[in-house]
Amino acid sequence: MNTYLCFKEETAINTINAGTITETVAGLCKEANYYLGQDMIEAFQIAYDHELSLTGKEIIQQLLGNAEIAKSEKVPMCQDTGFAVVFVELGQDVHIEGGLLEDAINEGVRRGYTEGYLRKSIVGHPLERVNTGDNTPAVIHIKLVPGERIKIIVAPKGGGSENMSAIKMLKPAEGVEGVKKFILDTVRTAGPNPCPPIIVGVGIGGTMEKAALIAKEALLRPVGTPNPRPEIAILEREVLNDVNALGIGPQGLGGIYTALAVHVEIYPAHIACLPVAVNINCHASRHREAIL
Amino acid sequence: MITKIKLTTPLSDQVVEKLRIGQKVLLNGVLYTGRDAAHKKMIELLDHGQPLPLELKGQIIYYVGPSPAKPGRVIGSAGPTTSGRMDAYVPRLLALGLKGMIGKGKRTPEVIKAMKQHKAVYFAAVGGAAALISKCIKEAEVVAYPELGPEAIYRLVVEDFPAIVVNDILGGDLYDEGTKIYESSIS
Repeated sequence: MNTYLCFKEETAINTINAGTITETVAGLCKEANYYLGQDMIEAFQIAYDHELSLTGKEIIQQLLGNAEIAKSEKVPMCQDTGFAVVFVELGQDVHIEGGLLEDAINEGVRRGYTEGYLRKSIVGHPLERVNTGDNTPAVIHIKLVPGERIKIIVAPKGGGSENMSAIKMLKPAEGVEGVKKFILDTVRTAGPNPCPPIIVGVGIGGTMEKAALIAKEALLRPVGTPNPRPEIAILEREVLNDVNALGIGPQGLGGIYTALAVHVEIYPAHIACLPVAVNINCHASRHREAIL
Repeated sequence: MITKIKLTTPLSDQVVEKLRIGQKVLLNGVLYTGRDAAHKKMIELLDHGQPLPLELKGQIIYYVGPSPAKPGRVIGSAGPTTSGRMDAYVPRLLALGLKGMIGKGKRTPEVIKAMKQHKAVYFAAVGGAAALISKCIKEAEVVAYPELGPEAIYRLVVEDFPAIVVNDILGGDLYDEGTKIYESSIS
């Protein structure tokens, strides 16, 4: 009879306390609302230098001034402090103790929005519409990744730009021209409503909900960073040019900067489907991250 | 240097008749706030023949849901919300003498027609310049629907609140005019 000895390889498990997650999320909620990212400020400055419309220039200048006030006084840059959309990249070797991950995140949102004097903008039932009073629940997207860290990204999403977002199930025969047309039609219909200059997040492929999710993930990229796939980077540039040729401009009052960037993400698709999701973001492109 | 016209509420027909799209204004005096929920409640009162919680004649409604005020401050950040969501309710309020609205985004043809008919004007404030705009607000108190939180009706007192005329009593639309100047052919 043979006896086999089995040795189990020791893997490092990182234990993270739910309280730490709560504290981190609370801080990120406040920071995302007070501090406009440096990438956006630089994009604004380029737009200011090149915008042809004088009203457009004045608006961009006001928005830069607004960001400065928000930062120095620690007040939200926009009164719509948004739905707390939280992306979590959870390392497979992380063990969370002291509570459930989603509860910890929601408690962080509750604290951040209360301590930070942020607006409570969530109703508990979409039809009955009674305010939940604490900006919870958050919308949470969790992805398991290799490793022993947790990356948390808080990306508050305002209602105005979200309302102008759209998704369509194209026929594959409509191809890239159909995709471009849908993006352009969505931005044209939105006009001034989503507070241009906008960032356009696009998701192409996947299923209906996957296309929408990757469109939102596209908004997390530093402004103007191209997709690493060359054919998609070209598509992003072409769509950006076409969007700005619409002439909608800052706050929709006319100008050449309707959008500061177009970010496209793709995913494999079903043989019968070509979903396209367009998630518009206003100029308060808010997202802050931390790694635990 | 573009002259900005200083206006003080309440607005008379004579003042409103002279305003034209594209004019930059500095608003002073009282503004009332209201968003979807408050407008819906007001229309319900009108439907039941009941009085409104505020006198609308000559007044301006600012479409805003402010963030909470930090201690020692009058109000939180207070930029405009998208006006289109109030469009269904507006013609009846214009008929009661409402003279101005401040928000952002396009109004429907019905609202633009009602503005011509009842002599009212629509101003746009800069969306997202909420911290900057809050500096113009000197007083703020909730006068109706406190249960709506940020969607309550506030009575604000403002000083030199910057806005631009987007729709006037002649039916002009600054969004259409502005876009036309800058749109170019798509390659």
